[in-house]
Amino acid sequence: MDIAQKLIDAVVKADSPQKLIEAVKALAQAQLATGISTLITVLGYNNPGAALLAADGLIAMGDQVVTPLLTQIDGYNYGARAYAIRTLAAIAHPVALEKLLKAAVFDFAPSVRRAAAKGLGNLRWQELPPEQISAAQEKAINTLLQICQDEDWSIRYAAIVGLDLLTKKGDFPQIMSRLKEMAENETDVAVIARIKLAISIS
Amino acid sequence: MESTGVAPQLTTEEAIANLTHSDLSLRYYAAWWLGHYQVKQPEALSGLIAALEDEEDRTELGGYPMRRNAARALGKVGNEAAIAPLIKCLECSDYYVREAAAQSLGNLQATVAIPALMKLLAGGMAKAVEVPDTPHLTQPYEAVIEALGALKATTAISLIEPFLNHAVQRLQYATTRAMYQLTENQMYAEKLVQELQSGNVQLRRMALNDLGQIGYLPGAKAMALASVENSFKLIALKSLLEYNIKKPIETVSKDAMELLHLMDNLL
Repeated sequence: MDIAQKLIDAVVKADSPQKLIEAVKALAQAQLATGISTLITVLGYNNPGAALLAADGLIAMGDQVVTPLLTQIDGYNYGARAYAIRTLAAIAHPVALEKLLKAAVFDFAPSVRRAAAKGLGNLRWQELPPEQISAAQEKAINTLLQICQDEDWSIRYAAIVGLDLLTKKGDFPQIMSRLKEMAENETDVAVIARIKLAISIS
Repeated sequence: MESTGVAPQLTTEEAIANLTHSDLSLRYYAAWWLGHYQVKQPEALSGLIAALEDEEDRTELGGYPMRRNAARALGKVGNEAAIAPLIKCLECSDYYVREAAAQSLGNLQATVAIPALMKLLAGGMAKAVEVPDTPHLTQPYEAVIEALGALKATTAISLIEPFLNHAVQRLQYATTRAMYQLTENQMYAEKLVQELQSGNVQLRRMALNDLGQIGYLPGAKAMALASVENSFKLIALKSLLEYNIKKPIETVSKDAMELLHLMDNLL
């Protein structure tokens, strides 16, 4: 049996949380393309320690995990979706744009929506064909401005983080003027503080 | 922490009216609703206070579900007028009514309730045993001790301290947290920081929440790193921020900036 298969089997056959953690760590460190699918499966194991190691491993492998993630995450439990979306957000490949837009607005789990909102602010736009960049950015901005009005403080918070990240990568005067408006009307202390931070360093 | 339910649409007027609806489940829901949406109208308040003496909604074992919900709601929307009726609830035969009342009195900063809360600790550790066939102790010790901590009831220190050694771990945490609030001795907060490494995820979550509630800023990093779901960590760090930030918020201090940075990383 080759090494890759051994590492994968150790994950699949782990019969205690401790063994699972060890096995996931080893598989994640090996950075094998054949291990991607198994690492994605671990995101849904309901073991936060293992999921975190798997997510970190996937993030380290970069763009090659984006397509498998996009095809494999649907229908997973919300915990797994949150890890998957966080992974996509950290890798920041713009091919994930549509998935993030949808998750930020429609996912029923706040943790997934927050991860998507932050991810929308961080995409590597320059990887898109130049003629598509501004339309894609506009979609991200419109979605974030929309969920800035959500009734859940944590969604508003994440949307502001997304907008803040966008303003660091480009010149979007409409964001800054909306943030200033929001600072006047917001009631949640943490959200106000985050808006002030976004306005102050930009 | 994930809320997914869609609540039936109610107007404030309907919710207030439903407090005395013939359908007991609508009453019960209305009491929750008024607390959840922080309705502070006088009619809501008087309706909830009246519901603390409800006799109609009873469980098979004699509990008072409506009173429980009304007491919880008053912790969110209550004012001076709710305090005496809540203190009276501390003597209710229903454990969960006493528990809700203790929590709400703490939330309402009702220092006048301190003697009545201390009375529930009478008999000390010897009396703090499980009630047969129930999942709870003789009194809602955890809620009472938390409330006394929040109320800065330094007169209660000697009464509370022995519970640091109680066999129920949740109660140990509540006591540790209260002892920090009452003595400001960092040793207690650091004990909670250590508990972030507990082998039990429930206990890690509890220590995390406690550290947020007591606003222990030196614990921020350990809290962000704890092996607990991000949703819980985000909320605990938010509590920490709210505790430590100066209002109104004009500029963001260095401490606040660090907290926001930790929160950003949990999204």
